[in-house]
Formats: sequence, C-alpha cells, structure tokens
Amino acid sequence: MRSYVPAYELRAPQSLEAALELLEREPDVWRPLAGGTDLMVLFEAGKLTHRKFLSIWKLSELKGVEVTPEHVTLGALTTYTQVQAHAVLQREFPLLCQAARETGGIATQNRGTLAGNIVNGSPAADSPPALLVYDAQIELVSARGSRWVPYQGFHTGYKTMVLRPEEIIRRIRLPRTKQGWRQYYRKVGTRKAQAISKVCFAGSAQMQHNTIRDIRMALGSVAPIVLRCARTEAALRSQKVSAGAFAAAKEVLAQEITPIDDMRSTAAYRLRVAQNLLEEFLLQLQNNGGDESHRGLAAAES
Amino acid sequence: MPDRVNKAEITCTVNGETLSLKAYPMARLLDVLRQELRLTGTKEGCGEGECGACSVWIDGEIANSCLVPVLQVAGSEIKTIEGIATGEQLHAVQEAFISCGGAQCGICTPGMVMAAVNLLERTPHPSETEIRMGLAGNLCRCTGYMKIFEAVVRACQATGVKA
Ligand SMILES: Cc1cc2nc3c(=O)[nH]c(=O)nc-3n(C[C@H](O)[C@H](O)[C@H](O)COP(=O)(O)OP(=O)(O)OC[C@H]3O[C@@H](n4cnc5c(N)ncnc54)[C@H](O)[C@@H]3O)c2cc1C
Ligand code: FES
Ligand code: FES
Repeated sequence: MRSYVPAYELRAPQSLEAALELLEREPDVWRPLAGGTDLMVLFEAGKLTHRKFLSIWKLSELKGVEVTPEHVTLGALTTYTQVQAHAVLQREFPLLCQAARETGGIATQNRGTLAGNIVNGSPAADSPPALLVYDAQIELVSARGSRWVPYQGFHTGYKTMVLRPEEIIRRIRLPRTKQGWRQYYRKVGTRKAQAISKVCFAGSAQMQHNTIRDIRMALGSVAPIVLRCARTEAALRSQKVSAGAFAAAKEVLAQEITPIDDMRSTAAYRLRVAQNLLEEFLLQLQNNGGDESHRGLAAAES
Repeated sequence: MPDRVNKAEITCTVNGETLSLKAYPMARLLDVLRQELRLTGTKEGCGEGECGACSVWIDGEIANSCLVPVLQVAGSEIKTIEGIATGEQLHAVQEAFISCGGAQCGICTPGMVMAAVNLLERTPHPSETEIRMGLAGNLCRCTGYMKIFEAVVRACQATGVKA
C-alpha cells in the first residue's frame, strides 16, 4: 500500500551547516534525502518506515568534482550523468564511468548520486565495486568536524556501516595512483538497461610483462556487502598469468564469496558467473600482459 | 489517523509560468502536476522509476516525476508534455510519432516524447545507439519500440539533422 503522504516530513536546509546542526540536535530523527531514487521507491511501496527527511539535493557544498595532482574528489551529490561527462574520470577511472553508464536509464542517472548508492547499502549496487578497486576514501562530516575513512571497511554488514546518525557523506576521493593499470568491469543482469545486477565485477591490475605486480578486484551481489576479494587478490599477486594461476584463483574466489538464492538469481549461477568473469579478466591480462602502453578500457559489455 | 505535517509553500516554474502552490513536502511531483495543476499529460505507469511514463524535465534534465518529492523542485524550472508544442504547432518529434505510428494506447507516449526531445536538445545528431540509450528508461507495452525508434529518426531528419 502507498504511504500516507501527510505523515512524512521533508525539510530543505539552506546550507550544509544547517543540515548538520539538525542532525546533531536530533540524531536518528532526520535522515538525508538526495536524489530519492532509492528512498522514493520505498516511499511509493509503503515501505519507508522512517518519517523525517532532510533534502540535501540542492546543497552546493556537496556538489562538484575537484581534480588535484593526487586525487579526484567527487561531491557526495555527484550524479551518474556527471560521472560520465567528466573528462578526467573517463580517462583515469573508466570503471566508475562504465558503472554509471549501466545504472538505470537517463532519468535515474540524472538524479541518482554516488553517496546515495553507497549509503543505500545494497550488495547489488554497481558503483561500489569500482570504488573499491580504486581504493576510494570517504569523507564523513558532522557538526563536530570531519573524518576520512577508507571505503573498504565502510560497510560492516548487510545495510550496516560506519556512518553515524549525525554524519553525512560530504566527498568521495579517488587517489590517482593507478595510471597504466589494466582495467575490467562487467555487469551481468537480465537485460542491458534498467536491470539490477545478478553479478557485477570490477578489476584492475598492474602488470609487468606477464606477471601481476598488484591487483584489485571487487564483486557485487555475491555477499551481504559489495566485496573486495582480498584473498583472491593475494592468490594472484606476483603470479604469472597462466592456466594454473587461473584455476587456483577461481578456487580461492569460490571460498571467498557467499552468494545466495534470491528472486534475481541462484547461488550456483552467481558462483559460476563470478568465476567466469574472473577468468575473462585474467585472460585480458594475459592478452595484453607484455604491453605496458596499452591501457584502454578492456571491458566487455554485459 | 497519523499526525499530519504542515504543507509547504513552493514556488517553481512550470512550462514557463512561475507559480506558487501549497503541498505536503513529500507529495510526488507527479501527483502535484496531475491533481493540483491538472496537467494530466504526464502519466503514471509503475510508480517506481522503471517505466518513464512520468518523465518531465527539471532544470533541463529528464527526471521521473514519480520519484521526486515536490519540495525538491522549489526554485526549479519544470517542463511537461504540455509545454512541448508551441500553441497548436506540434513539435517535430510529436509530428513524427503520429506519422510513424509511434503511439498506440498512448500511456508511454508523453514520456517517450519528453525523453526524445531532451535527447535531441542534448545531442542534435544522435547515433542509433544514442537514440536507444536515450530511450532506455522508457518502457512501452504496445508498439514493440521500432515505430518509436523510427519516429525519433524521422524527427531528426525533419529538423534538418542526420540520424
Ligand atoms: C529505475 C531504477 C534503476 C536503478 N538501477 C540501478 C542500477 O542499475 N545499479 C545501481 O547500483 N543502482 C540502481 N538504482 C538505485 C539508485 O539509483 C542508486 O542507489 C542511487 O545512487 C541512490 O542515490 P540517491 O541520491 O537517489 O539516493 P536517495 O534515495 O536519496 O538515498 C539513498 C540512501 O542514501 C542516504 N544518503 C543519500 N545521500 C547521502 C549522503 N550524502 N550522506 C549520507 N547518507 C546519504 C539516504 O539517507 C538513503 O538512506 C536504480 C534505481 C531506479 C529507480
Ligand atoms: S511512473 Fe514514474 S517511472 Fe514509471
Ligand atoms: S503505446 Fe501503449 S505503452 Fe506505448
């Protein structure tokens, strides 16, 4: 059943400071509402149990993309449309751009924000795997100050996270340290547009000839949270790309992920797809392994 | 009966006209357009962001009005399907939908037109892929999409633009 509209409060503070003050005064009474592409779906379905929201959508303090020699820093409200349009992100962070391109349709891309995608906490969200691969850091602000936390470790369990009720995400920072890394992203869903992932894979590796010097990989929809697969990474680090290394890595991956059956897919299918995507990623490393100059986006479409 | 919050006073521009209205802050823009402003061209399909029947432009960008609480459009400029024609003169995209048979039941049509016109404003020379991507958030259960696609291609030609 639909929600009873008059029972819901929504306020639009005129500044970040005013928003943080309200959150500080009445913690857990107010929650942020950004683009609304998650919250309004719950609202319409009558499943939005929380009643009081602060619209942060027009707060300029949470907008914009800043580029410095060390980082690209994205405001919390950066939308999928803005991610795709940004030249530096296109060049250096193609996995995030591809995730943005494959998220919903244009209307969703115009309103959906990166911070909303993170805090919604869905294990099937499509940007978090890219953010994990890029070693993103998150700035959390409250009336009392700000702190940066690594994105890895931000989610502590299904829909739980280190964000405190009086805090909001202000910025997301991507270190510019992965130039020349080989990159791979693939989302597998029911159809290409507007489908929630059955499995989503982001990977990046630094190659030296045929050897994996360093590697990152993260998967969506294979665990209660979007998962950085540190054990599989460890099994591959310093290895030559070879059939033997592939097989061993796929075994470790099977131990590391915990996919489930749900309305979108089955655990067995997800495991199989996750392993196949790992293999596709590794095959691309093999194919391009010796060529350091080749750093185009080597990613297949779903 | 649960407690009621106060209505908010909201000023925004709709199809070029600046107006003030009072509404519950979480009321969906879709409902305010249809019920308060009687702009019933904007349709409701799914009510959850999937189908695009409720597409409007907010500050020049396509949005699903079923997912936008009305308080968030305070100070914004909204365009609905009623604002696409110029008086009696239909937009080239609307003409093309008619001549190509791009509408059957018509529920998806306002949203399709809003998405197509928006695409052509952003990308006057869209490729076939860009047309498909531009309409990917709009579902149609009648036409099978090809006639809609052809209508957008024809509209590009009608406006002197090559598809
Ligand atoms: C049709 C459709 C298709 C979609 N397809 C995809 C898809 O393919 N892949 C995918 O990953 N997602 C998809 N989504 C989900 C959604 O678009 C994203 O999760 C979006 O990024 C959420 O951002 P938002 O600003 O709209 O969040 P909101 O709905 O405004 O908020 C979501 C949550 O984040 C919190 N929040 C928002 N901003 C902040 C902040 N700055 N600090 C702290 N908390 C904050 C809110 O309190 C709330 O709990 C889809 C949604 C729709 C409607
Ligand atoms: S009614 Fe809004 S997207 Fe379907
Ligand atoms: S014409 Fe009926 S839904 Fe498209």
